[in-house]
Amino acid sequence: MSADKISSNETRHIAHLARLALSEAEIEDFTGQLAAILEHAKDIESLNLDDVAPTRHALPIKNVMRSDEVRKSVNREEVLRMAPETQANMFLVPKIIGED
Amino acid sequence: MAIEDEYIITIGLEVHCELKTNTKLFCGCANQFGSEPNTNICPVCLGLPGSLPVINERAVEYAIRIGSALSCEIRPSVFHRKNYFYPDMPKDYQVSQYDEPICVNGKLELPSFPKTVRIERAHMEEDTGKTTHVGTSGRIHGADFSLVDYNRAGIPLVEIVSAPDLSSADEAREYVSELRAILVSTKASDGKMEEGSLRVDANVSVRPLGTEKLGTRCEIKNLNSLRSLGRAINYEARRQMEALSAGQSIRQETRHWNEDQGVTSALRSKEEAYDYRYFPEPDLTPLDPDMDEVATIARALGILPPARRLRLRELLDGELTRSELEQVQTCVKFDLDEHVLDAVRTGVPARLALARGSNELASYVNQATVDSFEVAEFPRGKFIEVISLESQGKVSSTQAKTLLSRIASNHNEEVSALIEELGYKAASQDEISELLDRLISENSMEWERLCAGENQLAGFFIGKAMKITNGKVNGKTLASEMAARRLG
Repeated sequence: MSADKISSNETRHIAHLARLALSEAEIEDFTGQLAAILEHAKDIESLNLDDVAPTRHALPIKNVMRSDEVRKSVNREEVLRMAPETQANMFLVPKIIGED
Repeated sequence: MAIEDEYIITIGLEVHCELKTNTKLFCGCANQFGSEPNTNICPVCLGLPGSLPVINERAVEYAIRIGSALSCEIRPSVFHRKNYFYPDMPKDYQVSQYDEPICVNGKLELPSFPKTVRIERAHMEEDTGKTTHVGTSGRIHGADFSLVDYNRAGIPLVEIVSAPDLSSADEAREYVSELRAILVSTKASDGKMEEGSLRVDANVSVRPLGTEKLGTRCEIKNLNSLRSLGRAINYEARRQMEALSAGQSIRQETRHWNEDQGVTSALRSKEEAYDYRYFPEPDLTPLDPDMDEVATIARALGILPPARRLRLRELLDGELTRSELEQVQTCVKFDLDEHVLDAVRTGVPARLALARGSNELASYVNQATVDSFEVAEFPRGKFIEVISLESQGKVSSTQAKTLLSRIASNHNEEVSALIEELGYKAASQDEISELLDRLISENSMEWERLCAGENQLAGFFIGKAMKITNGKVNGKTLASEMAARRLG
């Protein structure tokens, strides 16, 4: 990535990682939007934040946990019915490697 | 000069350890190996929209136990999403810890190499689902489709990452073996490699002797046993050495170990070219363990393998020989140390208990399970009974080994019944005396030479006696009878 501008190829790469099919017009549009977001991050970087503790969560909460107790799982048949294809009570997915 | 002598091997290991909790890391589905496919699943581990994860408090406690047992610093931590597009995680991301893991800066001492391996980090994450590739070859390449079982998706893992401090396959195997013993001691994991509770990835690089800069590393996946680990490292190191010697360079890549063919092969770049785009998981809160609780967890840890070895070493007086040190390691490695300690408590000499534990018992465990580390189920009382008889001279060492071997193949055998069946009834003093009379009269020349100081002939007489009695005579008793006779 260049120091200040994101390229349309980088937008294409990110879209591919998220399996998003974007038109050329959308690529242009999102490249501009992503650049504006990065620009805003630079604004924050320019602030002196030495005295500010890192934010680990948007809310001032921590250690929210549950006890280690088994709860009923969902009905398998009901879940499998939602899948496009199944076999032997498993989800059938297309060939994984080499797909594009 | 062999090619292996021209290069230095550097190995770092990533060990994934499944935690023995009742439920998954972020939902209440059962954490159970071997269930029917897709029976332990719910909206959270299926990544259905609107579902929300909540951290399992026992998984956090187990991670702290593991960190403490590895002398790690326990720190505040956060979970991140590791984004990737692969059907083993229905959410399209795996929740893991990234730049703020729960445990950092630990160490592990190898028992038989003078080496301390640094543990860089031990972080929490969720396991992925299990995919089975179906196609003509049954392997990933050429698969026509894959079947996915999400029972494993969301099982809590701790990934323990070592520094690149190991320099041979033997060291790597010993590291995993010792780490497994520590994990089992913490009761946070069952350490069963054969069930995938412990999975190892190895980062291997080589560099020419006399150079400092580490070579380009390759990461080997699919190492499901100590044997695979050792073989894969040796193969991969040799492959890299040969490439470098031929003037080629090493490409940083992920490689798959093929156990049947004994080779590593590169995974296609698509599989590794993930750009994970980590970001903090907004649905989970940070962890900030109370340091008093961490201290309580650390104090409650049971006795760990280094201390268990020390406990055995202290049974023996003075400096231990190399083989005695090995015996100590073997007993702890196969969880036989309690057998030995119990035997010593009943008055059996420590050296005898240690020898029978590490040589006989360990070999039975080893034969039964080879690489799978099954805990010895040898009946402790019978072990003690046999070696007590041996230490009192009531059975010979050969007889004791036979008795142990019979009990190993059938745990229900009674020692007294076996002694009866095998005719190990200790010969009376009169019978020994009569036997010796007969031996002396049949071998008078040899007896005179023995009396004249040719001590090696003692073995000749014991051999003869064994033949006459079909191995039933106690060699020690006969030897002391001979010594008494010579003096008299």
